[in-house]
Amino acid sequence: MSGEPILRVEEATKAFGGVLALNRVSFEVGEGEVLGIIGPNGSGKTTVVNCITGFIRMTSGRIFFRGKDITGKPPHKIADMGVTRTFQIMRPYYSLPAYKNLVIPLFSPRARRTGGWRGGGRLGDRDTVGVDILEEIGFERESFVPYKLASALPTGYLKRLELARCLALKPEVILCDEVFSGLSMSEIASMLPLIERIQMEGITVVMIEHRLRELFRVARRIVVLNFGEKLMEGTPDEVMSDEKVKEAYFGSEEVEEVMTYA
Amino acid sequence: MRDEQRRKERLDRGIKVRADSLYALMSWRELSYLTAPRLLLIVGILALPFLVPSLYWQRVISVVCIYALLAVSFDFLAHFVGLVSLGGAFFIGVGGYISALLNTSLGVPPLAAIPIAALGGAVICTVMLLPCLPLRGVYFAIVTLMYPLLLMRVIEAANIFGGTDGIMGVESFPTPRVEEYFVIGVMLLFLFLLRRLVNTDLGLVLRAVKDNDQAVKASGISITLFKALGVFISAFLGCLAGACIVHIYMWGGISLFALDFSILPIAATVIGGGGTLVGPVLGCFILVPISELLREFGTLRIVAYSVILMAFVVYRSEGIMNYGQRKYHQFERWVKV
Repeated sequence: MSGEPILRVEEATKAFGGVLALNRVSFEVGEGEVLGIIGPNGSGKTTVVNCITGFIRMTSGRIFFRGKDITGKPPHKIADMGVTRTFQIMRPYYSLPAYKNLVIPLFSPRARRTGGWRGGGRLGDRDTVGVDILEEIGFERESFVPYKLASALPTGYLKRLELARCLALKPEVILCDEVFSGLSMSEIASMLPLIERIQMEGITVVMIEHRLRELFRVARRIVVLNFGEKLMEGTPDEVMSDEKVKEAYFGSEEVEEVMTYA
Repeated sequence: MRDEQRRKERLDRGIKVRADSLYALMSWRELSYLTAPRLLLIVGILALPFLVPSLYWQRVISVVCIYALLAVSFDFLAHFVGLVSLGGAFFIGVGGYISALLNTSLGVPPLAAIPIAALGGAVICTVMLLPCLPLRGVYFAIVTLMYPLLLMRVIEAANIFGGTDGIMGVESFPTPRVEEYFVIGVMLLFLFLLRRLVNTDLGLVLRAVKDNDQAVKASGISITLFKALGVFISAFLGCLAGACIVHIYMWGGISLFALDFSILPIAATVIGGGGTLVGPVLGCFILVPISELLREFGTLRIVAYSVILMAFVVYRSEGIMNYGQRKYHQFERWVKV
């Protein structure tokens, strides 16, 4: 990590009633890196994403994007600045075909500004641009898939559609909330290069993940959360050999599997 | 020994035939398949004033079109923006009062006062509804129901705008024919425009707000802005209807805020089929004449009304238009099993 961090979370705290979902969590995300956030169920991973993207208001703490304070800004303003997210439970527009789903982000002020939407006319209307983006993300252009209703698509494609919605905005940061969950091994295998390509395009990726082995293939740095507190931060190897992490994940097959694998 | 059994097979017509695209131009059959139902509606409505017997029934047609505008605006807001508004009376009242006041105190002729009232009323209604936009579902419905009641009591208590007597001497349209065709034309025009709008990119964003507002936020689009736009369009149509009705009745008063204007459009949408925009128009063409026919039964007509509504909700909850569209696009035949 070098230079100014693109995203800085300072002492993020969120209380739901008496429950502290996040307790003074701080970390930084460097420009262009892939950061993994892991933790057992209920450790506050999704809450971090919700706080950063403004979907829930923090009890206290601050969040900086490129040194600018974005704490308490509404979600659409934060997305407009280039900090986008995917949803763990996919949120496509079920009544629209897949490619029409992308018309909405392409209609946004950010897409007009950044050239995510090429401007129409000879360069193609939003529908064409939508199909282009879908093709990039793994929908076969010549097949029926991009033109199917989102409600008829399988999970794998919906997860891709979530990513496509972010990409349509030409984002600077993508926060992926469990893009691998619910996917088969082969589907994940085809998603990994996608994440790598997104990173190569210079987009910073924060990945929240339960699938540790796959995560460690793309993420260089990991933040571990447990009961809303930051347990530790380090490279995948450091994290996996840490006693506290082992304790938090005690009994989880995933970690044992990863550790025997590593 | 088994009897020969038959079952009904339903097949969708070919996609090309149903597609609303260049394919329609390939043959007269396909062209007419697509345009016939639309032409039937347009020509039918345009010819109606010549088909009905008396001046009284011509007036009923104008009123039907007023309700149709209101029902279309309800359907648009409910099924394409996701805000169920019971504020039909609110829109009618605001538009009606503005147009009546413009006409009586400033002497603006009806055909100029109506567009001004529609635009001005839409701005006022949107601004007044702005605080309610974060509300969803039944909460938004209840709040919008309160507005007409509130304004009605304010006018009554403060005795402004003619108080309970209302505003007398509002100028009517030049002739009955102008009145009918103005209202019919406006109704058909905005029906056409709205059907276009919901399929443009802007319309898709509005529909997306209904489908999944979180994802719209995550796309960097302010949902409040687009909800406000939806309310503005809906309020514009409602105020337009209200502005027309004061010039038809030549009177504007607190009965413009009557609950009928909020309830009937919803009933018409249920009967006609929500989400089609044409359905509510058909619904109005059924409900309003029925209520006129039953006028001599007095308040008993509410019973007839309710029975029709209940029958539709129970047996054909999708509405006439959705049912009709499906049947139109399907073949049915008996096949041997």
